Amino acid sequence: MDHALDTTMILNGAPVSRRIPARQHLIDFLRDEMGLTGSHLGCEHGVCGTCTVRVDGQIVRGCLTLAVQANGKRVDTIEGMSDSGELAVLQQAFHARNALQCGFCTPGMLMAAQDLIGQKRKLSREEIRAHLSGNYCRCTGYQSIVDAIEEVLQTDVPHGQG
Amino acid sequence: MKAPSFAYAKPGTLPQVFDLLERHGDGAKILAGGQSLLASLNLRLSSPELLIDITGLPGLNGIRIADGKVRIGALTTHRQIEQSSEIAEHLPLLAQAVRHVAHVAIRNVGTIGGSFALADPAAEYPACAVALDATVVLAGSKGERRVKARDFFRSLYETALVPGEIVTAVEFDAIRPNFRSVFLELARRQGDYAIVGLAAHAKADGSRFSDVRLAFLGAGATPVLAGNAMASLEGKPCSADVVAAAKEALAEDLDPPKDLTTSSAAKLHLARVLTGRALAALSQ
Amino acid sequence: MGKAELPLHAPGTKTGRGYIGQSTPRANAKRLLQGRGTFVDDLRLPRIAHAVFFRSPHAHARIGKLDFSTALKAPGVIGVFDGHAVAEYCKPWVGVLGHLKGIKSPPQHAVAIGRACWQGEAVAAVVAETRAQAEDAADLIEAEWHELPVVTDMQAALEGKVVIHPELGDNICFQRQFVTEGFDEAFANADVVVEETYDFGRHTGVCTEGRAILADYNAAEHTLTVHHATQAPHMMQDIFSRHLDIPESNVRVICRDIGGSFGIKVHVYPDEMATAALSVMLRRPVKFVADRLESFLTDIHAREHRVTVRLACTRDGDIIAFDLDDLTAIGPYSVYPRTSGIEGNQVVNLTGGPYRHKQYRANMRAVFTNKNVTCQYRAVGHPIAVALTEGVVDIAARKLGMDPAEFRRRNLIADDAYPYTFPSGIKFEKLSHHQCLDKLLALMDYERLRAEQAALREKGIHRGLGLAAMIEVTNPSPAFYGVGGARISAQDGATLRLDPAGMVNVLCSVTEQGQGTEGIFAQIAASVVGVSVERVRVTTGDTGVTPYGGGTWASRGAGTGGEAVLQAGKILRSNILDVAAAMLNEDKAKLDIVNNEVVDKLTGAAKATLAEIGRVAYFRPDTLPMRFQSELTVTRHYTPREYGFTFTNGIQASWVEVDVETGFVKLLKHWCVEDCGTIINPMLVDEQIRGGVVQGIGAALFEECLYGEDGQLQNGNLADYLVPMAGEMPDIVVGHVETPTLGSELGAKGAGEAGTAGASGAVMNAINDALAPLGAQVTAMPFTPQRILEALGKA
Repeated sequence: MDHALDTTMILNGAPVSRRIPARQHLIDFLRDEMGLTGSHLGCEHGVCGTCTVRVDGQIVRGCLTLAVQANGKRVDTIEGMSDSGELAVLQQAFHARNALQCGFCTPGMLMAAQDLIGQKRKLSREEIRAHLSGNYCRCTGYQSIVDAIEEVLQTDVPHGQG
Repeated sequence: MKAPSFAYAKPGTLPQVFDLLERHGDGAKILAGGQSLLASLNLRLSSPELLIDITGLPGLNGIRIADGKVRIGALTTHRQIEQSSEIAEHLPLLAQAVRHVAHVAIRNVGTIGGSFALADPAAEYPACAVALDATVVLAGSKGERRVKARDFFRSLYETALVPGEIVTAVEFDAIRPNFRSVFLELARRQGDYAIVGLAAHAKADGSRFSDVRLAFLGAGATPVLAGNAMASLEGKPCSADVVAAAKEALAEDLDPPKDLTTSSAAKLHLARVLTGRALAALSQ
Repeated sequence: MGKAELPLHAPGTKTGRGYIGQSTPRANAKRLLQGRGTFVDDLRLPRIAHAVFFRSPHAHARIGKLDFSTALKAPGVIGVFDGHAVAEYCKPWVGVLGHLKGIKSPPQHAVAIGRACWQGEAVAAVVAETRAQAEDAADLIEAEWHELPVVTDMQAALEGKVVIHPELGDNICFQRQFVTEGFDEAFANADVVVEETYDFGRHTGVCTEGRAILADYNAAEHTLTVHHATQAPHMMQDIFSRHLDIPESNVRVICRDIGGSFGIKVHVYPDEMATAALSVMLRRPVKFVADRLESFLTDIHAREHRVTVRLACTRDGDIIAFDLDDLTAIGPYSVYPRTSGIEGNQVVNLTGGPYRHKQYRANMRAVFTNKNVTCQYRAVGHPIAVALTEGVVDIAARKLGMDPAEFRRRNLIADDAYPYTFPSGIKFEKLSHHQCLDKLLALMDYERLRAEQAALREKGIHRGLGLAAMIEVTNPSPAFYGVGGARISAQDGATLRLDPAGMVNVLCSVTEQGQGTEGIFAQIAASVVGVSVERVRVTTGDTGVTPYGGGTWASRGAGTGGEAVLQAGKILRSNILDVAAAMLNEDKAKLDIVNNEVVDKLTGAAKATLAEIGRVAYFRPDTLPMRFQSELTVTRHYTPREYGFTFTNGIQASWVEVDVETGFVKLLKHWCVEDCGTIINPMLVDEQIRGGVVQGIGAALFEECLYGEDGQLQNGNLADYLVPMAGEMPDIVVGHVETPTLGSELGAKGAGEAGTAGASGAVMNAINDALAPLGAQVTAMPFTPQRILEALGKA
């Protein structure tokens, strides 16, 4: 029985191989092994969404994903998606509207928001709120976050759609 | 809190899974989406020796329609169900229900098989399966067997799975013409487990109730089929009196356990409200 | 006009104020948006060890034998310690203040000795190489418990059949009685008296980042560096020094990024003190981060009150008196050093606050129970005082058949009545209740909503509109804590330095928790000195670097720290002009600084860039007159003195729909008009208010720490303790009235707590407005479907 496993993932675009304890969840691996401290733990039982990262293109709860489960998969974090510029438009909108205060939930919030951006259709504020309903923010009233995402979606949707 | 230490295996075939289950017995737990299991481990509510990750097994993922049946592989995620046009067409009850399952990041990973195996009485799919008289497909080293959903859910978090078995699929009858489904639930916040919910299905005649199925979630130790209420409706006209009688009959069907903030009586009241709303939608 | 004369609180004008009043995005948000912040848990130090606490599973129990033998052998374990071992390095404390007469609390240890008094109290500490190893080892500790009688009900605590701390005689931590002369007569002569009892659920802060501390003791120097998620670094420096016996100058507290605080992170926590002690004991860095389960059990709770309030008024609708009876339960210890008496005390101070009655009586008791401790959480006491006041005001209006907005207009203190002394003794410098009410009613289109409400009622749709006027404490003077003997500073300081490249460097004792403190300090400094905001760098949260000060609490950051920045900026500007005058051989009075340049005040012609001034001042002072010494670093401090508090005011409104079949409440919209004095950054203020409103909504609809009779917390996780999420929150409209305080040149009051202060009362009144035609009302927060159904007789 293996309590630690050789694991290879494509982390922010580059292959990474490590021997990882089976019990270590993805966020502890990213933070403690890879020094990627942009992904945070807010509850560690899958409710707050602070740990949201992307695995094989889909947003997931990092605290409910074992690092060894990422074997053979692509993992994208706030650091990689910032450096690649993928989040730049959203980050700019969040900055301009102060859609964050303490910034602890923000990486997870941006992951959830980015998941909407590719959909190329107009969304109501209620739909945006529903999409964010698994991401807890204690500082803002959520409104500036919804505003920022709505603004990006409006510029993101070509005319005639939605 | 960090999960206690455990071993991990990711077998590539079902026989390997059965072999591991046989060798480790109660010490092994099946890991599919893991959205409930890993949360419980992070809370140190259990400490298995081994997690058997079944997400590498071929053939357990996907939706297949054939001969009026919808077969959903155990590893099919909530998100796949949510986005499936086949589910929307052939299983509207499930299509409505899935929107209430947690949040996108969890729906991306959580599986239908996991939902059945965990058998949380407040979960959405089990109630749908009972309402639609679905069949749960189980596999073990001795082969495959099929159990009706109403027999699968035995009691709180207990199912008909015997040691060494796993859920491999769930089979539903596709909705027939003139039938209609309504899924309603009352949750304090989007994505929360419901205080109470109702999976309802009936022949939509518009004047009379027929083949009505009412299955409640959050109203007992398992999904509860409201037999008395259903019987009271059968063949009766869609009138206020009939609906009132069905609501009344729910007292015989349901003895909901109280939760942290809602009493048993309030849950029964809410179940009646949902019944009224569902019957109104079904009889339109 | 020259910047030197910058009239920061020029009434009604926004011109000539530089960045003051501008929605400038804050610079420090950029790193947070890229995941490049530095929270305590992000730090990596050599030889770091991880502390985990073995906590009492019982609400009240004597600790028998603690067996560490198996735990000590577990992989990675560095040490396991009980309360006695930690106490050798960390002295106990007592959470009382001299000016809260009669307050009492027993000594509290970092790790409990002999007895645990609430579920979750730390009784042993495990230190290991990783957090997971420390948790594994903690599971191996064997403890022998002797359970003791548990007191969870506050009425039972008051009656005192079981006394939690027998040496104190009873369970009463603190009480305050107050009555004005003529009170009895007022009630005897009143035409109308209304009365109601309100219950406020115990809830907590739920910061996204758990409490976090990384203590790094250096034995060679006998120094302690503490990376700490705290709001008050200088207060903690003093406390670490006194309780660990390390000279104050050898203790440095550093706060980098902090993941929300809301008052949760301004208190002394036993496990954090223990972590600092463990670092000293083990002579290596030790980190403790409270996980979510520990947060629910040990972060301070707040607001468990049961209050009966009476209101007396004339038949014409003039309020003449309020009568308050408040009972609150604070857990087994008064929290150090701010005490757990403050919340109840604030309820006494603030009840009836917006109104012009003259008579008031109050009776408040804070009692010990075997639940987690309570203390100051965002808007301390305000949500209770506002909700019970506004609740009973609505009842009176209904009884008189008056429109609630009209009834308020009749009774709110007139805008020209200031300065004003309120019956509880607190003084208001200048408030704007009527301006705020008028603005609110216009913003929400009150009449239209009333018409819509009436029309929908005909169709069986039950919507309600609730108002809540409020006053809010900001910028406390030394009378708040200092006079009571607490070493908590009401003053703050700022140092401004012109760097050689023409940049302005700001150091301030007020900390940043995400409110945008650093952003507004940059705006103030840029405006006062005359530079563009990009040329300002701000550093906060380091006792080794910044001036001394109180930190962030009681909505004081902008008003107190901001004024210190302004005053330092004025002198720096003057000093820069001294250098310029000497350098250019010109009359200082003819020079000004505009947009990073020294210019001719009359013509605006450029004379020298600040970079040029910096170059000459730092590298070529030999070219300046022989006896001239430039002073391009300036420090100034500010203490609010004139008033005990700088009061602000505002009013909120909530528009809800109640499903009377299910008891579910849908929030349709929310409005808040607030007067926080000079607004430095409207964008930051607005979302501060909204965030506060959402926390108040949480109290009204969702949040409650549910304890069983055995003192066990039943919902201590984020799945069962419901916090407000995006899906249920309404859009929130924020409006402003600006009445600057004259106590400072900046004129800023505070905005951090106003949203929370009024929101829950507004929501309560909206729900009750919707239920009124059905003869039902709710009075116990949170307003769950269960409670609403019970009120409707349906459950």
